[in-house]
Amino acid sequence: MARSVIPFGPQHPVLPEPIHLSIVVEDEKVVEALPTLGYVHRGLEMLATKRDYNQMIQIVERVCGICSMLHSMCYCQGIEEMMGVEVPRRARMLRVVWSELHRLHSHLLWLGLFADSFGFEALFMQLWKIREKVMDLNEATTGNRVIVSVNVVGGVRADLDESQVRWIRDTLADVEAAIKSLRSTIMNDSTVCRRTRGVGVLSRQAAYDLGAAGPTLRGSGVAQDMRQLKYAGFDEIAFEPVVETDGDCWARSTVRFRECLQSIDLVRQGLDRLDGGELAAKVKGKPEGEVITRVEQPRGECLYYLKGNGDKFLDRVRIRTPTFANIPPLAAMLPGLDFANVPVVVLSIDPCISCTER
Amino acid sequence: MKMLPTILANLFGPPATRNYPFAVREPFATARGELVNDIGRCIFCGACARKCPSQCLGVEKEGTEGVWSLEFFACIGCGVCVDACPVNCLSQKPTHRPVAVERGVIALRGKLPEKPAKKTEKPAAPEQ
Repeated sequence: MARSVIPFGPQHPVLPEPIHLSIVVEDEKVVEALPTLGYVHRGLEMLATKRDYNQMIQIVERVCGICSMLHSMCYCQGIEEMMGVEVPRRARMLRVVWSELHRLHSHLLWLGLFADSFGFEALFMQLWKIREKVMDLNEATTGNRVIVSVNVVGGVRADLDESQVRWIRDTLADVEAAIKSLRSTIMNDSTVCRRTRGVGVLSRQAAYDLGAAGPTLRGSGVAQDMRQLKYAGFDEIAFEPVVETDGDCWARSTVRFRECLQSIDLVRQGLDRLDGGELAAKVKGKPEGEVITRVEQPRGECLYYLKGNGDKFLDRVRIRTPTFANIPPLAAMLPGLDFANVPVVVLSIDPCISCTER
Repeated sequence: MKMLPTILANLFGPPATRNYPFAVREPFATARGELVNDIGRCIFCGACARKCPSQCLGVEKEGTEGVWSLEFFACIGCGVCVDACPVNCLSQKPTHRPVAVERGVIALRGKLPEKPAKKTEKPAAPEQ
């Protein structure tokens, strides 16, 4: 049969964000997938020339709604490195706590959307019900559900008191129990396994060669996680990357599921290490020089390149987000699949297009 | 099938959602909502306007009066202005401003403080 091209996106029921794929099919089999980006470019990096380096914190937070904390943390780390600021221990631990809460709610959101992509509505609703408790933790401790806005250059600007720490621990115990109760559904349910096992396989070598990041990379057996760089408070916290070796959609969802439980553990370790120190170090001077800084976002490695010239405005802010790294692996996963599996595989890399296009 | 116990528990358990808008959850005390200015205490130093990342605040001086203005559609509720305020006249309610259909600017007028030295010294502090 002759080849035909089916447009997938930028508006598609399964896609929360706009990415366009021109999918070439023969019968029902995908032969080739060509991604097109550029639907939501906002020019946030360019604002660095119009807003000072402190105001940029609130702007980079808005690069991504789901991992706002990680973006501002990465940016602040870069500025702190440029200016030689030592962040107090309490602030570093609080950054761990909030960044892991972000990872937890992002993974729960994704697991829900993933379940929705293959029509498992009950699992979708259940996961989002659990996620709501984490959102409440964010709102009560930082002031906002998603854009938490707690980072400043030199530390953080919100604190946790004893009662909040206790409440977080209690809520996380509930969340952990609720997530564990869904373990057999997410990992062993026949509906889930039939739609995810052996679908969209990315070999370890292909994942590495194509520059995959985050759970997409770890799902293919490469134990690489930016938290191994020991940024923020991770130098004191016991951490091992979660790895699965199958390389299919099931492996990627299992990595994220296990990372939910890991994040809960990391939040607890961060809370254990909260001391009575200061929240933020004093910052003097203006940023000057070049720096590259990386953090592990829920979707993978996020890289910031910052260039300052001794003025309050930065010369350049360049952001490379994990979804950008995961698009070539996605294009490699799709050929050979049934067309009906395309939405599941596209979602399995957790695409965040607002991040990618900034 | 593995989810059946959870589904049955949800079916016979209490609802997970509220009957909004008749039942509204109490806002968290620390939630960052509507920005308010106690204009009687404002010294019109302009620190909030300089720090605001979305540039939604304006401070102008007209004779012995000062005007503090807020473009509420542009406000992102980050609370940077509240932290920057040297006299703590800015605060955020835990609830959000009611939905508006038209863009607008809230302008509040107040008397400028009598000692001009204060208003020039204070804003210099958060500049670092």
